[in-house]
Amino acid sequence: MGRVLATLQKRGGMLAAAGAQRALLEGLPLTRRFEDALASSGLFPLRPTRLEILQINTGRRCNQTCRHCHVDAGPDRKEVMSRDVLDACLAFLERHRIPRFDITGGAPELHPDFREMVTRGAAAGARVMHRCNLTAILLPNYSDIPALLAKHRVEVIASLPYFQARETDAQRGEGVFDESIEGIRRLNALGYGRGTGLELNLVANPVGTFLPGSQPELQAMWKRELKRRFDLDFDNLFTITNMPISRYLEFLDERGKTLHYLTQLVNAYNPAAAAGVMCRNTLSVGYEGGLYDCDFNQMLELRVEGRAPQTIFEATLGALSAREIVVGQHCFGCTAGAGSSCGGAVA
Amino acid sequence: MSESTTTTSSRPAYYHEQDLAKFPDIGEGAPDLARKFFDWYGAVFAEGALTAREKSLIALAVSHAVQCPYCIDAYSKDALVKGSNIDQMTEAVHVAAAIRGGASLVHGVQMRNHVHDLGM
Repeated sequence: MGRVLATLQKRGGMLAAAGAQRALLEGLPLTRRFEDALASSGLFPLRPTRLEILQINTGRRCNQTCRHCHVDAGPDRKEVMSRDVLDACLAFLERHRIPRFDITGGAPELHPDFREMVTRGAAAGARVMHRCNLTAILLPNYSDIPALLAKHRVEVIASLPYFQARETDAQRGEGVFDESIEGIRRLNALGYGRGTGLELNLVANPVGTFLPGSQPELQAMWKRELKRRFDLDFDNLFTITNMPISRYLEFLDERGKTLHYLTQLVNAYNPAAAAGVMCRNTLSVGYEGGLYDCDFNQMLELRVEGRAPQTIFEATLGALSAREIVVGQHCFGCTAGAGSSCGGAVA
Repeated sequence: MSESTTTTSSRPAYYHEQDLAKFPDIGEGAPDLARKFFDWYGAVFAEGALTAREKSLIALAVSHAVQCPYCIDAYSKDALVKGSNIDQMTEAVHVAAAIRGGASLVHGVQMRNHVHDLGM
């Protein structure tokens, strides 16, 4: 795979539209519907617990075009969160004292107001979490970002699907592994992942069509190999299941493996994982200000239930806490095996 | 292409990928034996003195030695899930191949014994 590919949207791919993705997923002859699986676990309709994480998606801009990206992010995407939406998100965070402020993208660093969102999020008393691709921070105009993150004690959650180049580059683009290693090296130099309280967590998505293995076992392997090969350190490894959305769905579709993959997810349904899914304690905000139960629903353009507030401008905690979480067949991705969330396994 | 090969390829293949999922059905014949087998099988692959990943690589190598397509499919995937990479998996297959090749070659000692016995 080359370093940078055109996004689905740029190529005019059949699955660029959220509606086409939803139609493909809903049309699969799976043995079970997600709603029925939840019902069998006494969890349907799925309800939120306490809101602990406000996750904002800053937009689609990214300096990479990873094969599995559920956002269809890339250098040819221009959408970014507007000033008004960002202000409304920060006001909501402050007003309701949400404990965690999770910044994702695209590559959030590429948003012109990234530095401000970090600073104001931390000033609001939230633990700020930055989902980092490890390479944007190496770009000339962004080299100050690691120090800013350290100053505000931001938790860095960074993608590294494997501890060697072949697998990582196959998923994330040619040369990404070497740059990612340099990115970790810079974060380690600031104390990240080295017992200073600056938390560096790595994310490993399977490089292929299989499900993640045991998170504790893979974490031990990643720690051993990154230390031995590169003298690098980190805190935790989060294993995350690839979601059958956007470019990963295209990848499955091209290989004729969509049904096979979804069947794996359905067969691996775990009620314990279902009880701990992240949409129960997370509110996701799109760059356009729309409210979603998670970043995956956001990409499928499935807003929160119709009776709940639809945008961050009208959001109130009370009205949101009464909603039913919107689910679909893709949700089996979060409940397979040990489960999968933005914080890794949940069961 | 020989006639027998042509005849064979025109029939459905003997091994079907989807049949692996039917393995538990073997219990319909002798349920007590199947239960004992699957219990034991599960215990064998549990983390012990060897890690689950090491056991998976051994299973992958043995799968090649016994040339079981189902086992090769299952343990190729299992090894990836457990964090192994294709370099490690290929080395494991070489171990199996080396033992198979070595097992043939070491019988050459038997051959040489006979030659010495029969010769002058």
